[in-house]
Amino acid sequence: MESHATIQDIHAHRALQHHFENMEQQREAGTLGMWVFLVTEIMFFGGMFLAYTLYRSKFPADFASASNHLDITLGAVNTGVLIVSSFTMAMAVYFTQTGKRRPQILCMVMTLVLGLTFLGIKGVEYYSKYEDALVPGRLIPSRPFNPVVAQEGDHDPHKLHLLPRATVPHVEMFYWIYFAMTGMHALHMIIGAGLLTFLIVFSVKGRFDPEYHSPVEVIGLYWHFVDIVWIFLFPLLYLLGRHLGHGG
Amino acid sequence: MSEHIVPVRIYLVIFLSLLAGTALTVIAAFYDFRWQLNTIVALTIATIKATLVVLYFMHVRYSMRLVWVIVASALFWLAIMFALTFSDYLTRGWLSVGY
Repeated sequence: MESHATIQDIHAHRALQHHFENMEQQREAGTLGMWVFLVTEIMFFGGMFLAYTLYRSKFPADFASASNHLDITLGAVNTGVLIVSSFTMAMAVYFTQTGKRRPQILCMVMTLVLGLTFLGIKGVEYYSKYEDALVPGRLIPSRPFNPVVAQEGDHDPHKLHLLPRATVPHVEMFYWIYFAMTGMHALHMIIGAGLLTFLIVFSVKGRFDPEYHSPVEVIGLYWHFVDIVWIFLFPLLYLLGRHLGHGG
Repeated sequence: MSEHIVPVRIYLVIFLSLLAGTALTVIAAFYDFRWQLNTIVALTIATIKATLVVLYFMHVRYSMRLVWVIVASALFWLAIMFALTFSDYLTRGWLSVGY
């Protein structure tokens, strides 16, 4: 038998799996696999964006009325929080690639804290929708969907302000879609927070270095993908009613 | 081909562009453009932001061609899903054939 041992085998990185030729091939395979997974995620969220587009085209005034009830400030702040977290995640990858462990861990912790901040703000928003009885159907059995509709001249922000031609059942349709999409997004954030915790623990243990950091890169891809979903959710859910509010 | 490390300067520029894009979307939403232009403006800004994230934060610009193909395939299948669905829903009632 001819020996195929090369210089790379002798100096093989401890993280190199036996079925890969070298670290570069292993890293590229991991990145590629993650992208294939993200394509399935795009199609998954794509189905919900399709449902949103369809119902919005059917019930424009109802969707605008429902969107006007969302808190634009909290939505915008949360968009900012996610963008900063994407930046710190990108920097975590950078510091791993350049082998600077302290800033690497610091960036991961900041990303985690920002992710949890996002979830906290989302929780505040969900709670206000619960208080105004805007959680659709009987998802919360003791408080079914039953918003108070504001009369002409009533500016109470807790009441539902219907534009001309808007009806309460179609507003409920918006809230089904709103809770489905932001809920699935929040679930992805929770999973992301778990993955970041794993990254922080393993970074503290010193498992990642410039040669081997696929988990950091791949979880970074996931985190940025979740950020992109929100980049589309924010204008589509929170902002669509603003201009329809006056004159519709 | 070894791994390309994106310089911090580029990350910073992208980060600031994303924040500016968010501010721009919010400001634009309070202006009343004609027809469906508000939606088009909002989606254009969102698409530009998403493209920046994909190309730079997600390193696709510096990745191998196979990654480009996979990203393109996602957009392609998404387009099929939307096109076929709306070729049905948006064209209902175009012909009055009296069912």
